[in-house]
Amino acid sequence: MNKAHCPQVLSKPAVKPPSRRPYSALISRIIGRPLEIRATGSRKTSTSAPSRILTAPASGARIDPRLFQIAALGALLIFGVAARAFEITPAEFFVIGATALTTQWAMSAIFAVKFEAKSALITTLSLTLLLRAEALWPLAAAAFIAIASKFLLRMRGKHVFNPANIGIVAVTLATGAAWTTPGQWGTAVWLAALIAGVGSFVTWRASRLDVPLFFLGVFAMLLFARATWLGDPLSIPMLRLQNGALVLFAFFMISDPKTTPDGLLPRIAFAAGTAMLAYVFIFHFYKSDGVFYALAIACLIRPLIELFDSARPYQWRDATISAADRKLILPAE
Amino acid sequence: MNRSLKKSLIAAASALAAVTATGGAFAFCGFYVAKADTKLFNKASKVAIMRDGERTVITMSNDYQGELKEFAMVVPVPVVLEEGQIHVTENAIIDHLDAYTSPRLVEYFDEDPCAVYANDEIMVTASKAPAAAAERRRGDDALGVTVEAEYTVGEYDIQILSAKESGGLAIWLKQNGYKLPKGAEATLGSYVKQGTKFFVAKVNLDEQTKTGLRYLRPLQIAFESPRFMLPIRLGTVNADGKQELFVFALTRNGRVETTNYRTVKLPTGMTVPTYVKDEFGDFYKAMFAEQVQRESENAVFLEYAWDMNWCDPCAADPLSDDELQELGVYWLDGGGDRAEPMTRRRPSPGGAKDVFVTRLHVSYDAAHFPEDLMFKTTGDRENFQGRYVMRHPYKGDAKCEAADRYRADLPKRFENEAQTLANLTGWDIEDIRTKMDDNGQSFTPPKKEKWWEKLWSKSDKKG
Repeated sequence: MNKAHCPQVLSKPAVKPPSRRPYSALISRIIGRPLEIRATGSRKTSTSAPSRILTAPASGARIDPRLFQIAALGALLIFGVAARAFEITPAEFFVIGATALTTQWAMSAIFAVKFEAKSALITTLSLTLLLRAEALWPLAAAAFIAIASKFLLRMRGKHVFNPANIGIVAVTLATGAAWTTPGQWGTAVWLAALIAGVGSFVTWRASRLDVPLFFLGVFAMLLFARATWLGDPLSIPMLRLQNGALVLFAFFMISDPKTTPDGLLPRIAFAAGTAMLAYVFIFHFYKSDGVFYALAIACLIRPLIELFDSARPYQWRDATISAADRKLILPAE
Repeated sequence: MNRSLKKSLIAAASALAAVTATGGAFAFCGFYVAKADTKLFNKASKVAIMRDGERTVITMSNDYQGELKEFAMVVPVPVVLEEGQIHVTENAIIDHLDAYTSPRLVEYFDEDPCAVYANDEIMVTASKAPAAAAERRRGDDALGVTVEAEYTVGEYDIQILSAKESGGLAIWLKQNGYKLPKGAEATLGSYVKQGTKFFVAKVNLDEQTKTGLRYLRPLQIAFESPRFMLPIRLGTVNADGKQELFVFALTRNGRVETTNYRTVKLPTGMTVPTYVKDEFGDFYKAMFAEQVQRESENAVFLEYAWDMNWCDPCAADPLSDDELQELGVYWLDGGGDRAEPMTRRRPSPGGAKDVFVTRLHVSYDAAHFPEDLMFKTTGDRENFQGRYVMRHPYKGDAKCEAADRYRADLPKRFENEAQTLANLTGWDIEDIRTKMDDNGQSFTPPKKEKWWEKLWSKSDKKG
């Protein structure tokens, strides 16, 4: 295995002191909207220097839900390596992590926002769990694309794509050098239940429990409808639903608060739409990575859904207003 | 201890034979439908799949042992096949592929512990030609059924059917002399609704006689389909217990795995007691059965994943270009019939052929494998093989301090081997110890020499 090729992205972009935000105004002009959103009130935004407005009313020492997510993903990673023989080398983990953190740091500097490691860490864990490659460069490329997309592909003040998702979709479609392993978790009920249980807590803390539930609910309905139409035994849709990879996707990827609509109804539409797209990809186009493609497309459509969304933009519990740090969230205020 | 290790190899082809030859009759992943009231089985099958993009060539090897006129096979296929898309090939090719990818036992002989050797491993012998082991084995419209095409290919009469609904198809099959197992209709219905066609093959006795063979040759079909899968559901309908399936995937990119079931690597690289040499087939079967249980009976096992240019150690030579082309590998241009000697060693980087082989082994029934096997090709080209090691202790009369230490260490090493074997196979550890003892792997520590025994041994020769 040749692990020698590390991509260019690892080298640090030359960064000028981020006193002003030279690019953000430009980007704002390109996307036709100001780059940043204020957490409170309407979507009117401030283009002034990075504000320090805090989001949620301080309800004491509540913990950032991203920390739960990091703990849960970390535990799953350890379980996967120890008990499911995931072939993940320390080098792979560190390359993904180093690329993600470096990119986050560099982009934060360029866009003059506060550096925030938690989101990059979540992306690192997600990519490490889901993406496989023989060489290191596709993993580094995925990490770079994931993080860079948060800064570069923005609409209506939010990043368009779920970071880890777009990283996976981009490298698996563009190269044959990386792949996912949908069967790697197996279909043990206890494991699916455990992932769902932990995931429920994390997404509940992030006020996004509705997303995995509606996604899985709609997906399950489609599977059962298909089985009924075909006259298949119910063990077939059950097998699909017990797949640990699907449950992990539902609770730890699609539920990212920063890339789901803020209002409940648009969010339900988003989750249900992703489930339908995933079904079509898997059962009509026979794409085993259908869920990832579905989420990427749903994220592209999301700004349209959000036209009808008057809810306040999501802010992480401890987030300052930084355009970069939108990853997960917090309980309803 | 710096000891050179000689190794030799025992191919596991015989082990596979033992697995596949159980049961009197056989049908591939379709199901066996007898024309008479014969007891039906389908126990094991070997399927080679060439997959590149959407191009697919499936070779279905069968070990059918019953009356030829009762043989019948139904395989769901995605499209109506033209005659040129159907072919009959030789068993020897599948047997060769089987032998090349078989789990293997490697033998090492400990050298004189008193001597110092370079530490490189030398391949002394490889297996005998696997062929030796291989040789041992051997009214329609109203029903909504359309016979889309009929061909005679080799010794087979083939019909490609399409159906509007399963009831009609079931009646058609019964009217045409097939005996359908209970429960087949629902499964057929599922395929009918998915737009699947059915490839139905029977033996043409006249043509079969002309071949002069006493067995049936593997059928091959070539088609394009976005679905990379193997239909196993029909095969579970009339199954008498679990069935064994070996899938040999040939791709350009790399390893193949299942997406709807977990693909697990077979344990490999363990050192096992030397007596396993004589019962390697049993060892393989027991180990496989034990691993199946440990994975809750619903995992697919990876037994081999290798670049077709080489092997190390080789259970058999890699397949020739001609053989690969016969199995559907269409991108080997200019392979011709230059019978290049196959390398047993690492090839020059890059390799001559761009073919990666994956061997998957699954023991399945409807309860644990309700859905057909769905595959994907990964970019993983890392080599993997099921390989087990035997280390023969040094039997010579070495006399030196190193030899004493070596002998004193042996019982511990044997105990480790015993526990490894028990753990892999679920065999009783006491039985294992007894067999090892009988086979020269004794657990009794060597008699400890007293310190003074050596003192005057040289001068006191007259003794």
